[in-house]
Amino acid sequence: MRPNKLMSALGAGLVFGFGLAISGMVNPSTVLGFLDVFGGAWNPRLAGVMGGAVPVAALIFYYARSIKPAKDLPSPPITCIDRKLVVGSILFGIGWGLAGVCPGPTLIAIFFDWHFLPFLAALLVGMMAGTQLRNQI
Amino acid sequence: MIVNLMDWFLSVIGGVFIGISSGLLFMANGRIAGISGMVSSLIVPWNADTLEKALFLLGLPLGAMFYVLLGGDLPITLMASPVTLLVAGFLVGIGTRLSNGCTSGHGVCGIARLSPNSIVATGLFILSAILTVALGRLL
Repeated sequence: MRPNKLMSALGAGLVFGFGLAISGMVNPSTVLGFLDVFGGAWNPRLAGVMGGAVPVAALIFYYARSIKPAKDLPSPPITCIDRKLVVGSILFGIGWGLAGVCPGPTLIAIFFDWHFLPFLAALLVGMMAGTQLRNQI
Repeated sequence: MIVNLMDWFLSVIGGVFIGISSGLLFMANGRIAGISGMVSSLIVPWNADTLEKALFLLGLPLGAMFYVLLGGDLPITLMASPVTLLVAGFLVGIGTRLSNGCTSGHGVCGIARLSPNSIVATGLFILSAILTVALGRLL
């Protein structure tokens, strides 16, 4: 493993964590405020995060493809909209909606509030189960 | 809507940081910044890429701590009970493995590269999350 790749991975993680913290997405109640469209107090912050992140990522991806050989970059997306994708996305959405918590913010919040521990523990168990299931269906 | 402009602005700025990070990892490491995938890869068996992924994940809390050290406000209000959190965590774990991504991998990176899979996945998980919250209001 080349050390510069380790440094860039850590650096990217730092920037991502900094961004998540600024964005307000570490706070489950802010996330739920977005998902709660019928509550009368809709909070559009999550849409702001996506609106900031997606175009910037798209521009850098495009730039990277123009200057680097394809073998050094992730392979282009494959299209395979199957049962696993559909069922998995729906299950993820239900879990996300139950608590307003998803994996990235959890890895931050756990250092500030130990009440996230049941979520993190169950997340790892669910991932093991999901990996098993994925190989079977 | 009860969001003030400053909060909204901070969210867009936070998103820009997330976009820059995803772009950096794509360009320098040839990797998609998919957090659920990286977390699941920390569960053994490990391979040559594990350290790289672990360092990215370690950067997440460190980056947030840096933000707090600079005087940033990081409110965290968790309303779900421990039992709800257990169910939620399990569903998020199994769902992200079946669909191969979460809010970062599908929602940000996947949409940014116009992956049909990710566009479908993101639409479905946002819709099912909205319905879950709506149903919770009725119960």
